[in-house]
Amino acid sequence: MRATPTVLHLDLDAFYASVEQRDKPSLRGRPVIVGGVGGRGVVATASYEARAFGVQSAIPMAEARRRCPHAAYLSPRFWAYRAASDLVMQQLRQLSPLVEPLSLDEAFVDLAATYPDADGDDVTRIGHDLRTRVRDVTGGLTASVGAATSKLMAKIASDLDKPDGLVVVAPGTERRLLAAMPVRVIPGVGPATEARLRRLGAQTVAQVAELSTAELVRELGRANGSALARLALGWDERPVVAERETKSVSVEDTFASDITDPALLHAITLQLAGRVATRLQTARLSGRTITVKVRLHDFRTHTRAATLPAPTDSMRVIRTLAHRLLDESDTTGGVRLLGVGVSGLADWVQDDLFDGTLSAAATGTIEHPDATEPADPNADANADVDADLDHERASYSPGADVQHTAHGPGWVWGAGRNSVTVRFETANTPPGPVHTFALDDPALHLRGSTIAH
Amino acid sequence: MKFRVDRDRLAESVAWAARSLPARPSVPVLAGLLIEADSGGLQLSGFDYETSARASLAAEVADEGRALVSGRLLADICRSLPAHQVEMSLEGQRVTLVCGSSRFTLQTMPVEDYPALPAMPDVSGTVPADSFTGAVSQAVAAAGRDDMLPLLTGVRVEISGEQIIMMATDRFRASLVELTWSPARPDAEGVALVPARVLADTARAVAAGTDLDVALAPLGSGDGLIGFQGSVDDGSRRTTTRLLDGEFPRVQQLFASEPTSTAWVETAPFVEALRRVALVAERNTAVRLSFEADRVVLEAGSGDEAQATEALPAHLRGEPLLIGFNPTYLLDGLGVLSAPWCHLAFTQPTRPVSMAGCAEDQGEPNLAFRYLLMPLRTHG
Repeated sequence: MRATPTVLHLDLDAFYASVEQRDKPSLRGRPVIVGGVGGRGVVATASYEARAFGVQSAIPMAEARRRCPHAAYLSPRFWAYRAASDLVMQQLRQLSPLVEPLSLDEAFVDLAATYPDADGDDVTRIGHDLRTRVRDVTGGLTASVGAATSKLMAKIASDLDKPDGLVVVAPGTERRLLAAMPVRVIPGVGPATEARLRRLGAQTVAQVAELSTAELVRELGRANGSALARLALGWDERPVVAERETKSVSVEDTFASDITDPALLHAITLQLAGRVATRLQTARLSGRTITVKVRLHDFRTHTRAATLPAPTDSMRVIRTLAHRLLDESDTTGGVRLLGVGVSGLADWVQDDLFDGTLSAAATGTIEHPDATEPADPNADANADVDADLDHERASYSPGADVQHTAHGPGWVWGAGRNSVTVRFETANTPPGPVHTFALDDPALHLRGSTIAH
Repeated sequence: MKFRVDRDRLAESVAWAARSLPARPSVPVLAGLLIEADSGGLQLSGFDYETSARASLAAEVADEGRALVSGRLLADICRSLPAHQVEMSLEGQRVTLVCGSSRFTLQTMPVEDYPALPAMPDVSGTVPADSFTGAVSQAVAAAGRDDMLPLLTGVRVEISGEQIIMMATDRFRASLVELTWSPARPDAEGVALVPARVLADTARAVAAGTDLDVALAPLGSGDGLIGFQGSVDDGSRRTTTRLLDGEFPRVQQLFASEPTSTAWVETAPFVEALRRVALVAERNTAVRLSFEADRVVLEAGSGDEAQATEALPAHLRGEPLLIGFNPTYLLDGLGVLSAPWCHLAFTQPTRPVSMAGCAEDQGEPNLAFRYLLMPLRTHG
């Protein structure tokens, strides 16, 4: 292991929500929740104001609305996040060519090549400058930065003083720092592994470190067990890898208990699809073949795949196909692992003329209002379900950027059956006024997705 | 039943009527081709509950009658017959076919079990066969072929007085065609989503004829149905098909954007150059087009693979532009432009290009056919 804290981990704070607050001045200081706003959506990011109400990433949107009913609920604007992410990654690449992005808002940087003699003070200064530059180039986004002698410790360090913090872990102090932390801080330890470790009596990293490698291997298998034994001691030799020859991009989740509820499986698939799409977009890749992997309660594992006519990096397209593949899979008896992957990778995307709304709608798997939501006796329940292809309305999703010929740029505050309400403000204006228009108002257009990045 | 008929006309008619027969019929009789001989000549019919096809042709009928035989087998046989008159007759449960020294005996299926073909709706109007054929080939160029998205395998046909508009999209491109026709009533109105395959087959079959009758069942008259009837040689072709369901996407409004750059390229050299350059664009990767004031540079391939580049004369009004396309999609549109010059209207490199034919360099585009194509977004 290296002797200097030259592995740096940068994590943008509440990234999607912060971009929204930057671009929508009226939302600054207010709870903002970005995610799938349909009935089965999950939270992608909650602003810190919303987290105070107990809203976290990956919880169902319906639950978030219960906990924080007055928050602004927005659909993601990935092009804006990607643009901000690109600016941040450029800053990182100025520090070192060895930048390993983990997602749009997270990356490792290896400073050893460019600053071989840097000590803790130097790295502190570099981290401080970096955070200042990130704020400048992104128009005010904050990042938390950790630096240490390994990826493991750098990632843990960036989380210690979040948001807007900088922590440099002095070489030699790693084990002490780790000791009292819960096992979940170790990469690869999810709810399933956590439960198994708890059965062995280990809830903190120190308690895992006291277990023998043999014990861990017996419980978790050879690869996972021995890796965990090393990581628990703070030993992490994983290098920062700038470019990887990628053949497929996939994510999967193992569950603490088997899941049978189809609605929950759908919600998880949606979230997995979002993560895959984000990983593809970060890696500037696209893929043609979508795979869904289902491991059943009895460990039988099935994968189903479908191939598109052209590669995609669209969350919506991946989600639509993944849901269809999930529906074709046998999930009776319970699912212990679910995965979504994309292969047949390419570096280009054939976008469609309808911003992806059509494929989702035409195959009938567009997000429908959640049937479990309490019925509103005044609502015309079927009116919105009608599998309609009203892509105009579908694209006026909350938070979407619009342009009005008279009022200028703004964002969709809300859209109803026949009207859309827009707040006219941008990152560079004070909070702006709100106006309501007919859905087919010719003066109103979507913008944003038309901006090239 | 007994008749004698010209070999070529029989083969062509059988092929037409058998073309919609299902490969795996839900009931066995639907694999059959219905042969009806009467004083008017011969009628051959196929039906799969979605689409019916009926060919009428002249024949010397000795005995009137009907028989149902395997359509696929009869089509295979007719395609392979020697150049002689064909005689067919029903003897008991078998149909005998004699052509020169070839002789076939076919099993029949029970005619009584064969479903009645849907009646043609009343004729809504007439369109010249050649303009119909041209318009259909342009419209279907953008139609979807993915059965997972059945809505997009249709062509939306909108009738308004003397104008017919056809449009199609497979999500990545869209076509919009206008043609005039002679409606039965001057205030004719109608909308239909017609399977693109049926339209294309019909257009091909009647291409040599003169006029084509279009029969669209009025809205709210039960099952949506459209029929076409046209003449060929001394016979006729008739087809009906059930309309597709669903709300077709608003294709027309996609064409509305105001262009920021406009280019003219001579169609034939453009097609040839594209075909050449596209040889190195593996698996439909992009052909990149760089439009400058007086030329366009086509380029495909990447640094670590084969590369190709070619420059063509062109005229550009507006900002120079670099844009990438799936070459197949671009060629599909150019292939049905039927105009010596191609007019291209751009907004941004990430937004669709609108193509139209043009009679001369830098002339006004002929907006009777427009083809909209979404570019490829290339990373890196």
